[in-house]
Amino acid sequence: MSNELADLYQELILDHSRHPHNFRTMEEPRRMVDAHNPLCGDALKLYVRLAEGRIVDASFKGRGCAISMASASMLTDRVKGCSVEEAKGLFETMHDLLTGAQPPPGRADLGELESLAGVRNYPMRVKCATLSWHALKAALGEDEPQSVSTE
Amino acid sequence: MRPEAVAEKIAPAPGWDPHAVRGDFPALDQEVRGAPLAYLDNAATTQKPRSVIAAIDHYYRYDNANVHRAVHALSARATAAYEGARTKAARFLNARSAAEIVFLRSTTEAINLVANGLRLREGDEVVLTHMEHHANIVPWQLLQQRCGVVLRVLPISHRGELELDGLEALFSERTRLVSLTHVSNVLGTVNPVAEVIRRAHRHAIPVLIDGAQAVPHMEVDVQALGCDFYCFSAHKLFGPTGIGVLYGKAERLAALPPYQGGGEMIRRVSFEKSEFADPPQRFEAGTPHIAGAVGLAAAIDYLEGLDRAAAAEYERGLLEYATERLHEVPGLRIVGESPHKIAVVSFVMDGVHAHDIGTVLDHKGVAVRAGHHCAMPLMDFYGVSATARASLAFYNTREEVDRLVEGLQLAREILT
Repeated sequence: MSNELADLYQELILDHSRHPHNFRTMEEPRRMVDAHNPLCGDALKLYVRLAEGRIVDASFKGRGCAISMASASMLTDRVKGCSVEEAKGLFETMHDLLTGAQPPPGRADLGELESLAGVRNYPMRVKCATLSWHALKAALGEDEPQSVSTE
Repeated sequence: MRPEAVAEKIAPAPGWDPHAVRGDFPALDQEVRGAPLAYLDNAATTQKPRSVIAAIDHYYRYDNANVHRAVHALSARATAAYEGARTKAARFLNARSAAEIVFLRSTTEAINLVANGLRLREGDEVVLTHMEHHANIVPWQLLQQRCGVVLRVLPISHRGELELDGLEALFSERTRLVSLTHVSNVLGTVNPVAEVIRRAHRHAIPVLIDGAQAVPHMEVDVQALGCDFYCFSAHKLFGPTGIGVLYGKAERLAALPPYQGGGEMIRRVSFEKSEFADPPQRFEAGTPHIAGAVGLAAAIDYLEGLDRAAAAEYERGLLEYATERLHEVPGLRIVGESPHKIAVVSFVMDGVHAHDIGTVLDHKGVAVRAGHHCAMPLMDFYGVSATARASLAFYNTREEVDRLVEGLQLAREILT
């Protein structure tokens, strides 16, 4: 396997995609966003529960490629406990990381999320990785979130 | 089974050498990520032969002018080339006359033109099938929303064939059109369109055929079929993007109002009233895609210079070879198993998403399509969100199919 391919499909990513964390629906009260990628038909629902400006729970359901599943799984792990402001900042950081706007290495604060950086070498796959993050951003918005798409 | 054993079982068709035509297609001769390109995405768009590229280049270098306007030499040459392409397209489909050929952007635009031109009213019905491309669903849905047109959908079998027995039951006195694809872009199924047309005409219902996936693989005779409309895009026929053909029986086109207003489509204009030109000019407002028409004509010339029957026979053998070899991949399931298929194979793999298949194959230089193929109702029918699709042309080889299978084995190793 080539280095780039090994970088994209790291064991950590494959673990998350095969056994996604927080893969469940969530009862009210919660915010839910329907996210879909019209390019490939992938669709997922992201759920977050907010209390006093913090994300106290996050989960998702849906189906998609290994990259989109792993990204959503890691996202839900990571944002639990974050304040809304921190999570919004994380969206910006991840967006830059995945689209290649910022240099990838050495972001100690990103932890597992940094393993997704390999996607930047695959322009056609970036949207798979950003899908759940766009859903998060919509879920944290002022308006009642409905749906997002990464077209 | 080893490739050699499969090759022995399925003897290659004599009379066709893919290597002899590969040299005509410069884009095939390149490396992708360090591997030779195996281009297996021909149902999305085909590569272009040198002669098509040269014809477009020549047109812009020497003949470029607007058509149907000026008296000067270049305009005369451009007009002759453009109208010559129309005559060629008419002959290609065996239309009665060039006036039955409308140049548009694409198959999609052709269907939109007919959908908008039929002046359907609330309660009018259009019959589609479950295997249509979005291009033959959404234009009708827009009418459904705008004026209450009712869509009736002919079901398909799990094998991927039309449930033809149910066709007449969908007809009513309000049925205004049957619109269906000649060949499914996902399943590869070649539909019995002649039979559909016969049955629809028995009820005096006109029929539109989406031929985008058919014309690259088979000879089409619109008079023998008897269809009222037939459309295709040049870019799937080894020609340029941005130009397509709508064939319509003369009396059908004559009954359609203008599609867009502008230059080229009028007889006389005053601020009180405009008189419109006859078909096909009535539907070609504005400066047309002249270079596109020139490229399409060159593509038709190229195809007609080949032994198309031998090419089709070769593709059949290649499909059989690919189907057999793909069955070797554990956990792989082919979607679309009609015995009447063009060389398109869609498939899903247990535990591996089509997008990941596409990325791993790309690393091996193998180009396939992964996704819903603009046929989401069909994906729902099979209970999948996406498939991977290898679509073959007469320039593809068994070695390329072998590399596809190797790539799929690798995808399975990595991802399951």
